[in-house]
Amino acid sequence: MHFLQIRDLHKSYGSLEILKGVTLDVARHEVVCLIGASGSGKSTLLRCINALEPIDSGTILVNGDQVTGLGVDLNALRRNVGIVFQSYNLFPHMSVLKNITLAPTMVGGVSKEAAEQRALELLEKIGLRNKAGSFPDALSGGQQQRVAIVRAMAMDPQVLLLDEITAALDPELVGDVLEMIRELAVDGLTMLLATHEMGFAREVASQVCFLHQGKILERGTPQQVFENPQEERTQQFLSRVIQAGRL
Amino acid sequence: MSTTNPTTAGDSLQKSSLHAPPPTVTPFTIAAVAVVALTAAVSYYALIWLFAYIYPNGASGLFTALFVALWLAALIPLIPAVQAMGRSQKANALLRSHDVVGARHHAALGREAALTSMGYSAAILVLATLVAFVSTKDGAIASTFLRPAFIAQAFSDVLAAFWVNVRVALGAEVLVLVLGLGIAIMRMLPGRAGRPLRVLAILYTDIFRAIPGIIVLYLVGFGLSLAEVPFFKDLPPIWLAIFALTLTYSAYVAEVYRAGLDSIHRSQWAAARSLGLSYPQALRTVIIPQAVRRVIPPLLNDFIGLQKDTALIGVMGVIDAFTQSRLIGSAVFNLSPVTVVAIIFVVVTIPQSRFVDRMLEKDQARQRSGSS
Ligand SMILES: Nc1ncnc2c1ncn2[C@@H]1O[C@H](COP(=O)(O)OP(=O)(O)O)[C@@H](O)[C@H]1O
Ligand SMILES: [Mg+2]
Repeated sequence: MHFLQIRDLHKSYGSLEILKGVTLDVARHEVVCLIGASGSGKSTLLRCINALEPIDSGTILVNGDQVTGLGVDLNALRRNVGIVFQSYNLFPHMSVLKNITLAPTMVGGVSKEAAEQRALELLEKIGLRNKAGSFPDALSGGQQQRVAIVRAMAMDPQVLLLDEITAALDPELVGDVLEMIRELAVDGLTMLLATHEMGFAREVASQVCFLHQGKILERGTPQQVFENPQEERTQQFLSRVIQAGRL
Repeated sequence: MSTTNPTTAGDSLQKSSLHAPPPTVTPFTIAAVAVVALTAAVSYYALIWLFAYIYPNGASGLFTALFVALWLAALIPLIPAVQAMGRSQKANALLRSHDVVGARHHAALGREAALTSMGYSAAILVLATLVAFVSTKDGAIASTFLRPAFIAQAFSDVLAAFWVNVRVALGAEVLVLVLGLGIAIMRMLPGRAGRPLRVLAILYTDIFRAIPGIIVLYLVGFGLSLAEVPFFKDLPPIWLAIFALTLTYSAYVAEVYRAGLDSIHRSQWAAARSLGLSYPQALRTVIIPQAVRRVIPPLLNDFIGLQKDTALIGVMGVIDAFTQSRLIGSAVFNLSPVTVVAIIFVVVTIPQSRFVDRMLEKDQARQRSGSS
């Protein structure tokens, strides 16, 4: 059984339909990359999975449990499904350490000491332990994004959603962030990520999905999608990406 | 686009030559000297009248020395004016020897000096005019508002009564901080269930911002005991004053809070909720702390307004500093006791503004530097 199952998901903003029936399965330990032009609905899809946006119809199952419909404990869902945003969204009035320990102590039932120890260990791994007391404004974009990933990981999510997490970064800062994701993938974390880093997608993804105008138009292994795309739209998209020097 | 010729206006972008000679500085220097001269004349009379008022019995040696010193001080802006004249001549000389760059340099410095002179002169002129106005007619104005004997006599009583203003202000401020936040949160309750309370909050802020504070004070002060409202009818008047001011200012402060809460970007909500925090948890730990930080200056403005409005509580029969000063003032047929209240308010208010400015700067510096 797939860990994350999305069935015929529809979502509109007002009269504008953004997701027009998305069906997608993500198995445990799998890394799925969502690619597609800007505005194709990648962020919307990820936000719907995390229940940050209400959906119009369709179902989402996490670990066999349906998490759509009325009466679902969304806070519990979000404790299992982490998300990292393009713009990091760290809490600017809290230190790095507090950013990371807030949710584990407040909703995760972890003691402050245990949460801080865990946070420091996670920071140690990415070489940011000395920034534990700093405020987000004092960090570079790459450092902030890595802290945001640590913050999401501190809740021990079973699946991590990543929304173009390197898109706002200067090129030389992208590497560290991608390295972190690579390590999470090696550790077996289930991930669904929207990305424009095609090289990275090709390397880590077990499945690549091409989203076009609110539908998954093509999906397959990285080899299939990148080297032998079947759909004309996919070919056009990839050739534009190649022209931009991103593949 | 600035064009001088109306027939070509709008036809093309006009460019002036980059090595054009500098505009002449002479009019600036003449204006500067003229302003200094006017200042000198006005300060002269201001000082004459002032000293005549302070020392009605004539001059001593010290008096003359002080007079001359003050008058010369009023003439200090003459120094940059003279410098400007020097620069102006230098610029003209350089221009004659076709040194455009040098001429521009000296003309710019000359203009700067002339403007500096005028700026300082203008400030002195305003002060001197004020002094002249206050001390004219043998100090008729000054002795009505600023008679030292009456000020000294009224000071301690007025200050004692000001304690009432302080207590009312502090009491109301504490309550306003809580009630205002409560109303602001009510106004952003989500969903259909929150709608009735949202509407209530809007009604509250609309109504209490519309009613003049003095009327609320009057109605609360007399109405609640007249109608024998339980609990309220037994409250001492000072508590009714606190209650009335809280009603009015909570409406303003709720709006301030609301602006702050609204100014927190949606992405902060998303980040907090995505970590599993509930709506109240996200509000309390992520949204409100950031919002409060942002609204401290406007909040303080409202508090200063509230503090000043404590001077209105006399209408409900509380003897505050203003009421006390009026009592003393009418006994001596002089307004100097009332001036005392004004001075006390100034002395109390200014440090608060400075304090909060400092606090904000520190807070920003801390978030920038990243040291906790
Ligand atoms: N909150 C919103 N309100 C209205 N329209 C939105 C909102 N968020 C996104 N959209 C629209 O939805 C479409 C898909 O956006 P998005 O999911 O961000 O695409 P992507 O992440 O693939 O670039 C875009 O046309 C965008 O303008
Ligand atoms: Mg996006």
